[in-house]
Amino acid sequence: MSVTLPILILAIPLFMFLLLGIGGVKMSRKLAGILGITALGAVAVISYYVAFTYFFSGDSLFIDDGVRQQCQMFDVTWLAFTDRMVVNIGFLLDPISAMMLVVITTISFMVHLYSWGYMEHEPGFQRYYAFLALFTFSMLGLVVATNIFQMYIFWELVGVSSYLLIGFFYKLPSAVSASKKAFIVTRFADLFMLIGILVLSYYVSNAPADGPLGSASAFNFQMLNNNAGVIANTVVGATFMSGSVLTWAMVLIFVGGMGKSAMLPLHIWLPDAMEGPTPVSALIHAATMVVAGVYLVARFFPLYCIVPDSLTFITIVGAITAFYAAVVACTQIDIKRVLAFSTISQIAFMMVSLGVAYNQPIEGVHYSGLGYMASMFHLFTHAMFKALLFLGAGALIHAVHSNDYTKMGGLRKYMPITHWTFLIGCLAIAGIPPFSGFFSKDEMLAAMYNNHWFWGAWMSMVAGLTAFYMFRLYYLIFWWEENPEYKKEGHKPHDAPWQMSVPLIFLAAVSCVAGFIPFGEFVTYNGEPYHIHLETPVAVTSIVIALLAIGLATVMYAKKNPLPAKFKNAMPGLWKAAHHRFYWDEIYQFVTHKIIFNIICRSIAWFDRHVIDGTMNALAYVTNFFSVKIKGMQSGYVQAYVLWYFAGALVLAVITWICLI
Amino acid sequence: MDLNMLWYLVPSVIMFVAGVYGFVTRKNMIALLISLELMLNSADLNFVIFNRFLYPGSMEGMVFTLFAIAIAAAETAIAIAIIVNIYRKLHSTEIDEVDKMKY
Amino acid sequence: MFFGNILIWFVVVPILMLAGLALCGQNNMKAIRGVMVTCSTVLLGMSIWLVCDFLAQRAAGNQAEMLWMDSWMWYKPLNIHLAVGVDGISVLMLLLTSIIVFAGTFASWKINPLPKNFFLWYSLLSTGVYGFFISIDMFTMFMFYEVALIPMYLLIGVWGTGRKEYSAMKLTLMLMGGSAFLMLGLLGIYWHGTPEGMPHTWNILEISHYGNIDYGWQNLLFVFTFVGFGVLGAMFPFHTWSPDGHACAPTAVSMLHAGVLMKLGGYGCFRIAIFLLPHAANELAWIFIILTGISIVYGAFSACVQTDLKYINAYSSVSHCGMVLFALLMLNTTAMTGAILQMLSHGLMTALFFALIGMIYGRTHTRDIRQMGGLMKIMPYLGVCYMIAGFASLGLPGMSGFVAEMTIFFGSFEHADMFHRIFVIAATTSIVITAVYILRVVGKLILGPVQDEHHLSLTDATWWERLSTVTLIACLAGIGFFPNWLSETIQHSFKPIVDALAMAI
Repeated sequence: MSVTLPILILAIPLFMFLLLGIGGVKMSRKLAGILGITALGAVAVISYYVAFTYFFSGDSLFIDDGVRQQCQMFDVTWLAFTDRMVVNIGFLLDPISAMMLVVITTISFMVHLYSWGYMEHEPGFQRYYAFLALFTFSMLGLVVATNIFQMYIFWELVGVSSYLLIGFFYKLPSAVSASKKAFIVTRFADLFMLIGILVLSYYVSNAPADGPLGSASAFNFQMLNNNAGVIANTVVGATFMSGSVLTWAMVLIFVGGMGKSAMLPLHIWLPDAMEGPTPVSALIHAATMVVAGVYLVARFFPLYCIVPDSLTFITIVGAITAFYAAVVACTQIDIKRVLAFSTISQIAFMMVSLGVAYNQPIEGVHYSGLGYMASMFHLFTHAMFKALLFLGAGALIHAVHSNDYTKMGGLRKYMPITHWTFLIGCLAIAGIPPFSGFFSKDEMLAAMYNNHWFWGAWMSMVAGLTAFYMFRLYYLIFWWEENPEYKKEGHKPHDAPWQMSVPLIFLAAVSCVAGFIPFGEFVTYNGEPYHIHLETPVAVTSIVIALLAIGLATVMYAKKNPLPAKFKNAMPGLWKAAHHRFYWDEIYQFVTHKIIFNIICRSIAWFDRHVIDGTMNALAYVTNFFSVKIKGMQSGYVQAYVLWYFAGALVLAVITWICLI
Repeated sequence: MDLNMLWYLVPSVIMFVAGVYGFVTRKNMIALLISLELMLNSADLNFVIFNRFLYPGSMEGMVFTLFAIAIAAAETAIAIAIIVNIYRKLHSTEIDEVDKMKY
Repeated sequence: MFFGNILIWFVVVPILMLAGLALCGQNNMKAIRGVMVTCSTVLLGMSIWLVCDFLAQRAAGNQAEMLWMDSWMWYKPLNIHLAVGVDGISVLMLLLTSIIVFAGTFASWKINPLPKNFFLWYSLLSTGVYGFFISIDMFTMFMFYEVALIPMYLLIGVWGTGRKEYSAMKLTLMLMGGSAFLMLGLLGIYWHGTPEGMPHTWNILEISHYGNIDYGWQNLLFVFTFVGFGVLGAMFPFHTWSPDGHACAPTAVSMLHAGVLMKLGGYGCFRIAIFLLPHAANELAWIFIILTGISIVYGAFSACVQTDLKYINAYSSVSHCGMVLFALLMLNTTAMTGAILQMLSHGLMTALFFALIGMIYGRTHTRDIRQMGGLMKIMPYLGVCYMIAGFASLGLPGMSGFVAEMTIFFGSFEHADMFHRIFVIAATTSIVITAVYILRVVGKLILGPVQDEHHLSLTDATWWERLSTVTLIACLAGIGFFPNWLSETIQHSFKPIVDALAMAI
């Protein structure tokens, strides 16, 4: 495979962004839409070709002796800080990046197509496509990064395109503040990531050049991952607050991932990000950008394995977040927010799965890498069914003009396509065979049970909650009680136009069959194939739990009945806290507005105006004061001058006289 | 009784101090001018005295005095001219009231 | 041959510009604009040619410390020369100046009143700036420095807005105070810089070759020169002229002042203070690292609560220029390269900001962000430009700010001790705070609902405004996309300075 195709994968979306961004104003909507969709279609085709070549061509570049290789398709110098710290822009092809290419371009293409129907009447249609292209460019650049710095560059670009798309309806104050929040929270997390990169690259670039690390750039993933052990030995002496510096660096880098992937305490931006157009939520805040954190950990997996403490940290953060988000999702009213919390919970699932994938033998059995494979598998299947659910939600909102499930209910008769595809999505996320979520979740749970029974049990509980809240949502939208509004003339909801239905059907089909992909053949932590086999006890347990949860949801929500209200009244405190997302936003609001803005910023501004500037003004004032005072001596009275003169002469005479004697 | 230098210098000092006193206290410009003349003349007197008693052979002090008297006359003429002009403008010869060029 | 040296023309052309303007009628806008556009375009062309030729000469293996060196005796008794010469950094600074003079000309297309006099002073200011960057004789450098500062007083005092007299006075007095320190420092270097028996010299290169200043004197003179230039570089606590000065200055003057004049401070700091007094730089850097470290965070926090657009950018400049001095004090090639990149980046970005603020103010007649909103709807072009400038400021990859900040952080992190680490990490937090205040302004001013009904009738940018902004944005993005040639050129030019520093430890 030549280098042209990888370059095209990055260049086409960038070019589309510039074309639509600069020339969009002069274009018709139709032209802009067709250009955007065609370009993305082309990128998708090229990406499929590249991924297909990577996995199936058998070229020795890509697979050597049954082991899949990492291959830098190109890698050009962008900026050289020092000889050892060189930032390259390149294209790294390996199992996970090839897999991500497929995921991103597929979802992005679906969303482009879907948006043509969904955004049809919105002003700024051309701008919307430009931003989508920018996002696709940045996300693709992120996943194919050959070095951590390139990843950081695109990481920031992804953040800004997310900002632009969340704030697409820029006239709404809520959208503006949501976009601001998303950007600032993720940027705050990126700060830690930057510090982590600084620490890591400092130690790596200062390792002796004639040592095993050679003189390669300190940012390069391949070099870092292949020499994980050497790096750990290089920095072995350096500790900070009784933790090895490498552990600190890896944890700090992970904090960047926590921000993008909305892990607990940095999750607050994601629910608000639902202010963006729904297709954007499907693309960015469900399928692609939010899994960047998972991708980051997977990318650095060998380094994380060298410092197991950091993996433990990842596991704990993931486990807490998964449970928290699942509980909150049970009480939300806005359907997009339910899906947002569900996304947080599912991503946390992937994190836990990565965290338990120790690269060490446990009780003699080499389980390593199962969690890694499962996590990537779930990333893949989740992207498909979560995008499906979001696009379905978009179709609902398009039809009902509200995000609120209380405005819905009984919609199954009016919107059959949306209903069936949404149901498939719910079954997939709940983990019912033969839908895709079942297979990936089963592998993840198996990996967790292998690590420690506690993680397995805990995450099984979360899986049960997932099934419950998804079916709660499903029933409240499509069953429960029909909204009387629909009977009115002109308010009858109907299925969306073909541009929106086609993506739904396509993604639903993928969700049905994706589970049968032998994923372990393609993506494993070390490139060697892993043969997936169902862990029967785990599978049976999780199916039983899921069915029980669905059953409970059916009892409570299939028909209008007082049960939900009873539950709510039985534990009002808990319900209220969960509904308010356990007050995280209020805490942040307090810290940022009251403490940082009002106390720190205002006092600094006051200090500057009054103390620093006051000192300068005081200097001027004092000078002025004394000059006014001595001005009186220049009275203009000749006689006063004469008096001064004679007084002076007398003093001089006396002095002279004294000196003479 | 020998008529030594002191007999001449004491009146000269009295004249000078009277001039200073007059210059500082009087407000009328003419009076100031007169006081000024007093101081000038006492200085002239000193020239003559020192020449006569300390360097009896030479004449520089005497010549210088004549020179100073001539200049003082010219100076007085200018001063009076200025005073007259000020009077024409301000209708006053009071020194306090002439502060147009102050600061 | 005096006029055979291209560098001399960087001073001659502005002087011709002055002469040309002097011949124009007071309100003959056509003639005035003609002269300004011609000369600033010529200057821009010359600068671009200079950069290309410089790179070509370096590529051809010309390893001289400075290129186009020349020296003419100016005042024999004190051995003052008009000595010129440029290295990679000064060449880039000349280019920056030309770009901003060019953009500033278009940004003040409709200046009122007294357009002729405005442009006369404007040209005099640029004469000083060009002269400063081409000189390698400390005295002529200082002279041009003063030439650049003084017109500021009249430009702000006459054409400014708000409390213009106060601000003009404050700015001039504080900078003159800095100059007083600076003059002391320069005189000290002059008297102590040459070995016994040699004639005293003002020439920077000669003094650095002698390396003769003893350590006690170095420490004293370093403080004098660094503080002297630091005042212009808006170093805490000598930065307060900047908010008031910028807030009251007319658009083009703010652009030139924040864009170029503040760079004179940083440039002087390394060209004179650090280069000529390397031992003291090694010894005393920590004091100024504390001060500039405070500048960075303090400026950013102050910017968060301001409501006047110009104040926000002035405080933001304090933060960004603090970053320049901070990086210079790290005394290694990478960080110092970052400092120069930051100078270029901040110059272009702030010029763009002030140009846009001027344009917005010209339409809405207010700079208070509480009284405006939803400008994207009313003037989409300016809104988009403002957002681009904002993204450049908060360090978005693909814009120059990112490149500069990253180079600074990675260079600064080379110091492994706790003191440096703490300050570097404190400095990195500024990228988050910057995001906060930029997005706050963008959210209030550009996005959101329209605040004032009267604004709905306002028009979008005119062609000259577009030209001015497009020039600056193109440069910002150019640096952001292709930083490596710049970085290499600058790194190469820092070699003598870093060598001097290494020798002096």
